[in-house]
Amino acid sequence: MTNADKAARREWPLWEVFIRGQHGLSHRHVGSLHAADAEMAMKNARDVYTRRHEGTSIWVVPSAQITASAPSDKGPMFDPADDKTYRHPTFFDIPDDVGAM
Amino acid sequence: MYAQLVKSDAADDSPEARAFQARIDRGEKIEPKDWMPDGYRKTLIRQIGQHAHSEIVGQLPEGNWITRAPTLERKAILLAKVQDEAGHGLYLYCAAETLGVSRDELTEMLLDGRMKYSSIFNYPTLTWADMGAVGWLVDGAAIMNQVPLQRTSYGPYARAMVRICKEESFHQRQGFDIMMKMANGTEAQRRMAQNALDRFWYPSLMMFGPSDKDSVHSAQSMAWKIKMNTNDELRQKFVDQTVPQAEYLGLTVPDPDLRWHDETGHYEFTQPDWSEFMDVLRGNGPCNADRLAARNKAWDDGAWVREGLMAHADKKRAAKVAAE
Repeated sequence: MTNADKAARREWPLWEVFIRGQHGLSHRHVGSLHAADAEMAMKNARDVYTRRHEGTSIWVVPSAQITASAPSDKGPMFDPADDKTYRHPTFFDIPDDVGAM
Repeated sequence: MYAQLVKSDAADDSPEARAFQARIDRGEKIEPKDWMPDGYRKTLIRQIGQHAHSEIVGQLPEGNWITRAPTLERKAILLAKVQDEAGHGLYLYCAAETLGVSRDELTEMLLDGRMKYSSIFNYPTLTWADMGAVGWLVDGAAIMNQVPLQRTSYGPYARAMVRICKEESFHQRQGFDIMMKMANGTEAQRRMAQNALDRFWYPSLMMFGPSDKDSVHSAQSMAWKIKMNTNDELRQKFVDQTVPQAEYLGLTVPDPDLRWHDETGHYEFTQPDWSEFMDVLRGNGPCNADRLAARNKAWDDGAWVREGLMAHADKKRAAKVAAE
């Protein structure tokens, strides 16, 4: 079903929910839900995803606003990192005599 | 289980399908935008949809007792459990939606009978002890199936299962807690507990579905890792785990042929009446008509709320645009 079909049926739009589990951590995607507007999405997110103290903060984002990379781009996007092992500290041999680095 | 007799579409033999199967065999997770065979997508929609519907319809037999719970504490606990079931339904609908079907479409298919929910919820909950039996046996049987599904090949389904399994254990334990209280209570309470076990034992065994050793659907679903164990394996595991718990309660499993075998390390038990199971699936169980009528009424009565909130959201958006 396309987004246009869903709009024609007057279905509540889909929202993605992100929750900060603990202070000091970033928000993490936990799932999605339906709501007519942002205020309701926030209330529903609280009821659906934090019944057991799973979070200290919630973000809700309309799913239609998310731009995602395509699975077919996986190679061109991520493979170039394979031959740049010098980006990792373990690439360089530092003599033990130098001490901690 | 919560999804019973899910028809599995056949795999095609294209190079893409073979590469797809190889990914699953390597233990990779399939994500929503990845290529997948049409049969995999359709089978999953049926399975996850049926699972979601079961969570939603499963609220009805327990909702029946919220206003009649014996204490305020039991009432608060039952309310929390029923709220969890609603949450589980929502996690699963969201997982199904990533496959290209909408939640409202799935709901409509439930309401007009095109999609099923688990047979177990077509049995009535007649006494408070049934709340104990449902938590202990029905949620216990559900856990048997859901724990391995945390490793299923479809990412969104597996992640929904992880969340559900974390919460499900509370459900089973609160059920067993009710059974302990009743089994150790007055003679009338003990009889009530025994009666609940008598009525829910075989319907719980039916939850796993008929023996699937000859089923081609089952073989395909297992190859795709959307079914992790055979129905018979899970049923056996359930019996082996549950019989000692019944003994602990001092209750009798209603199966005169139930026998422990040292050599196999398993119980031998009587199969449920599969003609009854098929009849319940066809819509002739004690509560099928009531359950569907209740869901249809809730959907119809809620139509003005769904429409009203959308109208309100449109109005607010228009006002915001005008203000900018």
